[in-house]
Amino acid sequence: MCLAIPGLVTAIEHRFDGTVRIAKVRFGGIVKEASLEMLPAAQVGDYVLVHVGVAISRVDEAEAKQVFRYLEEIGELDELVPLQDDTAPHARQGAPGAA
Amino acid sequence: MAEVSQAPLRMTLSCPAPSGDGGHVVMGHGAGGLLSQQLLERSVFRRFANPDLDRRHDGAVLAFAGPVAFSTDGYVVSPIEFPGGTIGELAVHGTINDLAMCGAMAEVLSLGLILEEGLPLSTLDRVLAAAADACAASGVRVVTGDTKVVERGKGDGIYVTTSGIGTVHPRAAIGATRLRAGDVLLVNAPIASHGIAIMSVREGIAFETSVTSDTRPLHHVVRALLDACGEGVHCLRDATRGGLGAVLAELAQQGGVGMRVRQAALPMLEEVEGACELLGLDPLYVANEGVFVAAVDASCADAALAAMRASPGGEATVAIGTVTDAADGLVRLESAIGGTRIVHLPPGEQLPRIC
Amino acid sequence: MKFLSEFRDPALVERLVDELHKVARGEWTLMEVCGGQTHSLVKNGLMELLPPGVRMVHGPGCPVCVTPVPLIDLAVRLVLEHGATVFSFGDMLRVPGTAHSLAQAKAAGGDVRVAYSPLEAVQFAQANPTRQVVFFAVGFETTAPANALALVHAHRLGLRNFSLLASQVLVPPAIAAVLSDPASRIQGFLAAGHVCTIMGLDEYAPIVDRFRVPIVVTGFEPVDLLHGILMTVQQLERGEARLENQYARVVRPEGNPDARRVLREVFRVADREWRGIGVVPQSGLEVREEYADFDAKVRFGLEDAPEATDSGCIAGLVLTGQARPTECPHFGTTCTPLTPVGAPMVSSEGACAAYHHVALSPVQLVRGGRHG
Repeated sequence: MCLAIPGLVTAIEHRFDGTVRIAKVRFGGIVKEASLEMLPAAQVGDYVLVHVGVAISRVDEAEAKQVFRYLEEIGELDELVPLQDDTAPHARQGAPGAA
Repeated sequence: MAEVSQAPLRMTLSCPAPSGDGGHVVMGHGAGGLLSQQLLERSVFRRFANPDLDRRHDGAVLAFAGPVAFSTDGYVVSPIEFPGGTIGELAVHGTINDLAMCGAMAEVLSLGLILEEGLPLSTLDRVLAAAADACAASGVRVVTGDTKVVERGKGDGIYVTTSGIGTVHPRAAIGATRLRAGDVLLVNAPIASHGIAIMSVREGIAFETSVTSDTRPLHHVVRALLDACGEGVHCLRDATRGGLGAVLAELAQQGGVGMRVRQAALPMLEEVEGACELLGLDPLYVANEGVFVAAVDASCADAALAAMRASPGGEATVAIGTVTDAADGLVRLESAIGGTRIVHLPPGEQLPRIC
Repeated sequence: MKFLSEFRDPALVERLVDELHKVARGEWTLMEVCGGQTHSLVKNGLMELLPPGVRMVHGPGCPVCVTPVPLIDLAVRLVLEHGATVFSFGDMLRVPGTAHSLAQAKAAGGDVRVAYSPLEAVQFAQANPTRQVVFFAVGFETTAPANALALVHAHRLGLRNFSLLASQVLVPPAIAAVLSDPASRIQGFLAAGHVCTIMGLDEYAPIVDRFRVPIVVTGFEPVDLLHGILMTVQQLERGEARLENQYARVVRPEGNPDARRVLREVFRVADREWRGIGVVPQSGLEVREEYADFDAKVRFGLEDAPEATDSGCIAGLVLTGQARPTECPHFGTTCTPLTPVGAPMVSSEGACAAYHHVALSPVQLVRGGRHG
């Protein structure tokens, strides 16, 4: 239900007597404005997730890379580890940030 | 028979006419009297001058050598002026393209205008200048037309209807029933640009980067294709409202054939892709104005590709898929990651979504 | 596009599909909660890549689909009877009410406009002080903060002509409602990734504990979805029931505290009716009394009417995995995306609409579809 896509913050303006931060966000080849009111710490150069004109989260590049690292591992380790072995590290790792 | 110019002229718009009569269209402009005549003289006859139109008769008497194709289209686009064009050249290119899809090279057009009372004459000037430039660049002439005015509130500024006649290419044999398993599907240019350009100037969705409409005449590239492949061109259809997806679904249905299309092969500009992602739009269902699909016999696909790429309007031609032997009237789209889905006819207007 | 294209990498997808086929031995029924996830599964043709034993039931995570008909009728009345300018998200426009959809109300002369963002509606209200402007605030927790922000802006600007017609729903009560049905077949959930960017992970741990089902917070791209499905199946194969976060690149355990603060300021939790499911306690957001001036129901004196009874829609059975959409007698015949009998057929992400969309032929529609 929540179409939100990541874009790069290229500029930040202050409007409404400086109370509201509005960012210019670049998505692929287009630039659109988004409110930063719910991401007070967002800065130029950050990637943010924008939903209906409002930035709702920062994209953490390190976490993104973790997913790819995991995926690379499952490809490699399968060759070394027998299928029945549930204690293999890749099988337990899940994803970072598990609660 | 007039020669269709090979290379479109690059003309800049110019509007030297002074609009000294209050600057807006009034009811009197459509009443057939002096005001009408003045409007027609300054706006239409001066711009579209040619021997047929210059006779200023009720209709044009023409002669053609051989079979002709005849087509008509109405244009109601809003806003009237948008990034990359106006309703003017849309109307000219649109009918040229409809004729091209029949394998015919447009020669003459009629131009019907319905103007809303209150339309600024400067707007009318720009629209008609654009239309006239498009005609000149495409080698077609407006030989007859009509102008009416409706009361304020009863029109959207300006509605345009163009009809056109063109001679059919001697080797053209085009129709959905000619589609055959193995036919290669070619698309001439990036998709979804027009719809996004229109949407980009709507309040609220406005982008800061310019996405321009892809309006262009397609008769040159179609002629090059027919010259190269003749009857090997089984079908042509332009992808306007409803997008490329609607056209493929229609063709498959009408031809009773299956199609297989690769998502990764669909050409799209980066800005358009970003806009579609942002608004949750499927580019397959976004409108185009200068895109068509050609189904050509497999034996002639390479020649077709080369001929199209060497033509104005076809430089970016790519193969997007094939007609299959599935004979079920369905278009299967292979996603870039390997899954498949059916491309249906869109239910109606595609709107930006939040889900 | 960065952070998007990489998660659509065919090589990674293939790797995940291979691993899934190796790991999945049993037969598992999973639910992806979010309509956006359903849309992605369908659009990318992901279901046909899954092992035959893994079945996806499409959840009720489509706020458009679950908006009760009486609320749509209220929106239409605002347009046609009260002459208000109603702004709505595009998805909502074609959903039929009792007599009209908003699109039909527009055709009948009403001022209905599509908004990409609720903030646009506020700007319009500011620029047009003589018009009453209502924003049809539909959505889950992802959209609620933006809707709340619109109200806050209107309040700050001292606008007297802006209000919200709230149709906000919450995800965790819906998941709990599905699982509370003793006949539910759902064994694991992909939780809605963007909802969790706002709300964090806290609300899901109690559900995991109470019902002993794995819940994996998952993103929307093919790599995300397959990864989330893999993580869920891995747990199921091992008899585990834990809360995991596949979408850690944007979901923090605490969510977005600033967004939740705006939500608490503007909205209060209330019981809400879900189209096709009935009333789910404490599953909706209503405008707080302090902001009654900006609540369209208060401003226009509108009463929420109860949903009309039984349309014949078997949404409850479909959403708990007890019946497939193709087994419904109305499916594909009287109930189609253009003529929906009930909620799951209403928008392209509805559970039944998703099946309809991938159906191969009218015959297949009747016989049972490719989901098997």
